[in-house]
Amino acid sequence: MIDLSSTHWPRALLAGVMVTLTACSTTATVAPPAARERSVIAPATPTPYPSTYKPAASVPTLIRGATVLIGNGERLDDVDVLMSNGKITAVGRTLEVPTGAVVIDGRGKWVTPGLIDVHSHLGVYPSPGVEAHSDGNEATSPSTPNVWAEHSIWPQDPGFEAALEGGITTLHVLPGSANLFGGRSVSVKNIHAVSYQSMKFPDAPHGLKMACGENPKRVYGNRRQLPSTRMGNVAGWRAQWIEAQEYMRDWRQYEARSAASAKDLRPPKRDLRLETLAGVLRGEILIQHHCYRADEMAIVIDMAREFGYRVSTFHHATEAYKISNLLAENNICAAVWADWWGFKMESYDAIPENMILVDAAPGGCTVVHSDSAEGIQRLNQEAAKGMAFGKRMGIDIKPEHAIRWLTANAAKAIGLEKRIGTLENGKMADVVVWNGNPFSVYALTERIYVDGALRFDRSAPRNLPESDFLLGQPAAAGVIR
Amino acid sequence: MKLLATLSLLGAAFATTLAAPVALTDTGGSSLLVRNATVYTMTHDAAAALNGTDVLVQDGRVTAIGTALAAPAGTRVIEANGRALTPGIFGGLGHIGLEEIGLEQSTGDYAQRLGQMRPEFDVTLAFNPESMSLVVHRSNGITFSVLAPAAARGGSLVAGLGAPIGLDGSAPAPARAMFVDLGGDANDLSGGSRAAQFMLLRQALVEARAPNLVMVHHERLLSLSGRQVLLEFLKRNSLFVLQVDRAIDIRNALAFAREEKLNVAIRGGAEAWRVATALAAARVPVILDPLDNLPDSFDKVGATLTNAARLRAAGVTVAISINDTDVDDAGKTRQAAGNAVAHGMPKWDAIAAVTRVPAEIFGVADRFGSIERGRTADLVLWSGDPLEVSSLPDLVVTGGRVQTLESRHTALRDRHYERVKAGMAR
Repeated sequence: MIDLSSTHWPRALLAGVMVTLTACSTTATVAPPAARERSVIAPATPTPYPSTYKPAASVPTLIRGATVLIGNGERLDDVDVLMSNGKITAVGRTLEVPTGAVVIDGRGKWVTPGLIDVHSHLGVYPSPGVEAHSDGNEATSPSTPNVWAEHSIWPQDPGFEAALEGGITTLHVLPGSANLFGGRSVSVKNIHAVSYQSMKFPDAPHGLKMACGENPKRVYGNRRQLPSTRMGNVAGWRAQWIEAQEYMRDWRQYEARSAASAKDLRPPKRDLRLETLAGVLRGEILIQHHCYRADEMAIVIDMAREFGYRVSTFHHATEAYKISNLLAENNICAAVWADWWGFKMESYDAIPENMILVDAAPGGCTVVHSDSAEGIQRLNQEAAKGMAFGKRMGIDIKPEHAIRWLTANAAKAIGLEKRIGTLENGKMADVVVWNGNPFSVYALTERIYVDGALRFDRSAPRNLPESDFLLGQPAAAGVIR
Repeated sequence: MKLLATLSLLGAAFATTLAAPVALTDTGGSSLLVRNATVYTMTHDAAAALNGTDVLVQDGRVTAIGTALAAPAGTRVIEANGRALTPGIFGGLGHIGLEEIGLEQSTGDYAQRLGQMRPEFDVTLAFNPESMSLVVHRSNGITFSVLAPAAARGGSLVAGLGAPIGLDGSAPAPARAMFVDLGGDANDLSGGSRAAQFMLLRQALVEARAPNLVMVHHERLLSLSGRQVLLEFLKRNSLFVLQVDRAIDIRNALAFAREEKLNVAIRGGAEAWRVATALAAARVPVILDPLDNLPDSFDKVGATLTNAARLRAAGVTVAISINDTDVDDAGKTRQAAGNAVAHGMPKWDAIAAVTRVPAEIFGVADRFGSIERGRTADLVLWSGDPLEVSSLPDLVVTGGRVQTLESRHTALRDRHYERVKAGMAR
């Protein structure tokens, strides 16, 4: 049954745009606000809900003689990859086998960094999609930067293990796109855990999910409240940024007086909404902005300039190809699909070459994302579809280049480019061994390592599903997903 | 109206490269020879592709399949250099030509919300042959699909009548299928219980089969015309497409079909592999989405990527259609078939599942799904493996005509690529 309202979340409602701000640009036209604002001390709290992630025990592992896509644009044929102590420690020809190392025959195999999906709702809109699992949109107010997606993540979502088999080792989980400010997003390692904190990527920056366009204005316009129009969207955002600036001013004043040993001082009251927004203005939280249309992305870029913050990534960005140069000049990534179009008016101009044209601008940052429990299982194929259309228009993208859209660029979009996304020495050893070129529809993952520990081995299938939900289900007996 | 193939600037620019898309101006009446292709005829007697084979098309029909065929004077010759030539691909059961924008109800005609069971609701009357989506999908190698009415909230579990269409914009085929939703997703349409679904269907059949039955108005399920249409449908032994996922619901549907002597196909069938033997014995085909492997609902706890492979191994007839039905989803059937192969379905069967098998299920095997002498030409020449995501058509012929590879998508692409190259920011 078709039903746009309840238990099955139509993808058009899930399809939220996120913008991530990254700090690696030298060309950004927006001055990083960090230097000016860094002196402001955030409301004095230790980082709450800390990561309790611990890498699993691992043995040194050498993959011998594989075709390796490093993730930085390089391809090396017939080389070895060495992982020790959870890190990439060497990539090269005929490496020495360390004592006690496991050696994997990589001949005929392809090796890539673990794939990263910067746009997932696994855990917050888990399977089964019953009403009780609708935890992704706090659609009770258009501005909810106070909510954190991680507090909705259900670690037993069977989608996590399905995504793993597709090579996903890190994912960024976001709130939905009903709200102008949807809440904080979080990066997690794709391991099985009882508490989300054991999945939470250590020392990763939060994102803030924002949404342009149809979703906020539809959800709140139907309730006869702001925003009901695109101009209402912009007014709604700006009002919140102004509040955040005042909040920071209050704290700055308080700190200055406190430093001057003024008497009878009371700190301003903490406000969870404004704490998140202030984190953005200080450059600590990365903007992940759901936005389809080129004209709206251009407005958002100007708004970021008005308030002195940066957009990290536009998510969905189906019209990014119309402003490839503007995005590149502002060091903003576009996280896109290959072939989603027409499911809502603002996606009507989506074309499969979007990722190609974003990439074609000098300094362009293409990221391939899923926003889907199905799509996350085959991000490699999503990129391959775009590559096919690139080839048809005369732009031949090589695998070593395209893999960046699923690895290094994705890592940059969520502020983890120094930790994951390439097979360079010192990076976390998140590694996928494929049975062939990963940009083939027939390619399957064979072995997946997270922090150097073997996380998945297709030759030794698990006897039981990881998800508690699937345990002891008669209908799931004998399922090989 | 049939869209005429046009000489594309893009095609012209690539005319010197071997794997380039073929740009042609002829639109029928002339002849075409595809030389040295790997031909997937997909006919019943074939079990493998024919290497080094030529296909001759004259006046819109396939007139010869063989080796070293002579090209009659004036024939356009396309050197395939071993590239794959298949029948046009199936776009699945969905809303091509029935909606423009998924979320805009004013552009969507795929469901009635009259609050009544109206089996006579014939969705083909809403078909728009000039929807841009036909051109987009056709340029990507899809040449036929099925207009499938949806059971929407405010409507009925009996969604109504649909039919196959060709993406050349021709009228829907005369064959009609009746679409019915069963299982938990349709509980809102059956008073809250799936048990009531068979009850309602049985009553509808009783009313249709007894046109002179006198009933008080409030006890009636069907309108007079609904009874007439349903009766006619039953007399012709036409196809009921039952959307159902849970294993026991499939069993119950098979039993219902047997008792009521209905010709049925299963759509969805996430747990069909668990009742494969019964499906094979009943010779009931399954139209499934091979990517459907998550327990999205309590009807799909047994969903798996190996569904298609297991059903084929048990001898069940399998066709492929993506479960999502928005206009863009049709583009994914080929990718889904490739994934079925990666998870154990024989490749030949997977290609059949997106060509001949759906054409047979929906009664258009004379126009679609295979390459045979005497048939109206329906051919796609691929840049690589026909199920690969990295492959795209270099040539599309359907309805006997060479079709353009240009679309609204390529027009947008070309306009904005020029702007990108010129360094324009906004």
